[in-house]
Amino acid sequence: MRTLSLTQQLDHWARNLTPFAITVALVFLGVVPLPMPDFGAIAPALALISVYYWAIFRPDLLPAVAVFAVGLLEDVLDGGALGTRALVLLAVYGLVAVQRRRLIGRSFLALWGGFFLVGSLAIVVEWVILFTLHWQAINPVPALFQLFVTAALYPCLAWLLTRVHGAVLRQD
Amino acid sequence: MRTWLRRFAVVLLLAASVTLIGLSRIGSPWVESTRTFVVDLVTPALAALSRPIDAVSDWFDGLYQLTDVRSENQRLRQKISSQRQWEHRARQLEAENRTLRKLLVMTPKGAPPRVTARVIADPGHTFVRSVLINAGTQAGLRKGLAAVNDEGLVGRVTHVGARSARVLLLTDLNSRIPVLVERSRDRAILAGDNTGLPRLIYLPVGVTPEAGDRIVTSGHGGVFPAGLAVGVVVSLSSRGARVQARVKPYVNWNRLEFLRIIDHPIRGIIPATQAAGRGRKAKAK
Repeated sequence: MRTLSLTQQLDHWARNLTPFAITVALVFLGVVPLPMPDFGAIAPALALISVYYWAIFRPDLLPAVAVFAVGLLEDVLDGGALGTRALVLLAVYGLVAVQRRRLIGRSFLALWGGFFLVGSLAIVVEWVILFTLHWQAINPVPALFQLFVTAALYPCLAWLLTRVHGAVLRQD
Repeated sequence: MRTWLRRFAVVLLLAASVTLIGLSRIGSPWVESTRTFVVDLVTPALAALSRPIDAVSDWFDGLYQLTDVRSENQRLRQKISSQRQWEHRARQLEAENRTLRKLLVMTPKGAPPRVTARVIADPGHTFVRSVLINAGTQAGLRKGLAAVNDEGLVGRVTHVGARSARVLLLTDLNSRIPVLVERSRDRAILAGDNTGLPRLIYLPVGVTPEAGDRIVTSGHGGVFPAGLAVGVVVSLSSRGARVQARVKPYVNWNRLEFLRIIDHPIRGIIPATQAAGRGRKAKAK
């Protein structure tokens, strides 16, 4: 096997970092304040879409540690108890990992539906965590709205991610 | 073997997450200082990201306003004339207040120093309501200061880094603010519950606020300066013997761009010697 030159190694390394970098970028994009009516309550969970996508197609490039780091970053930025989003994203990642064989050959609609299910799980997990922490039942309706908005954005973002996947990662 | 290891990693990290949640819950200072450190690190990136978005939204605002100029002008003219009357009245009251304070030999109320900061991140999390601003200890901020904007009280500074700070909005689950019903001067606590309408709790028994009552900060506990506009009572419901009132805050949560952080003169418990000294001086008069 020929040894790769430094530039080739760097290139390889940069490409492999792309899924993680994209997910982190989406976390940042998700917290930028947008002056839309009641935006705060329904800001889409873009990073969740990215985690779902890469967990299905390239889990080797977005390992559990990376998902954990993304979750921690979300927690740091949104002020929730550190570890909440990490737990939610890991639960999603774990579920997808287990069901991956079933998801990998499926049509786009099936994946979209899968995302919806996975998103619902995320809401439930988060609600349970908050209930345990605060001993108060929080109204889950805003979270449901958020799920709908996120699911509505899924096709667009998934298309983008597929483009990136094809352009950046399939060259080996 | 590989997949087994990966799955094991997930479980391990899940356990780590639970531990972190537990640590956060018990308020471990290590957790908070790490969080503040990371936020400080990413603040420049967040500030840079939000600037173009603000510029674009301002541009769109300008566009919308162009379509509405004439009626907006009319509305604004009417508002100015009614505001002028209020301004006149306010000046009268201010002068009267000053005279009365002099008569009672009360300490003068200076305008508290303030810091203006920009909101750089609004996580829009459905379950936690806080925003990040781009001012920290370097700008003179401390934990516990009140954050307001032109409309009213926004929330309270909970964590401060070198260049960033987190403001817990008054609608958040954890927010508790001592307030007054302006009309009747009844004390209560404004408790957020992650909805848009925080509740008034701990109202004195038998007291019922009316819809339309203005709610302001009471200044009790040295938490906030007194008299900051908070909101308006909008709905009343009875829960057995107690009446539950919900308050609609004056602040428009979709338009949080610049916040003013007010520096409160009371810095905690006054040392005993200082208080005694003041007492002696008063007696000498």
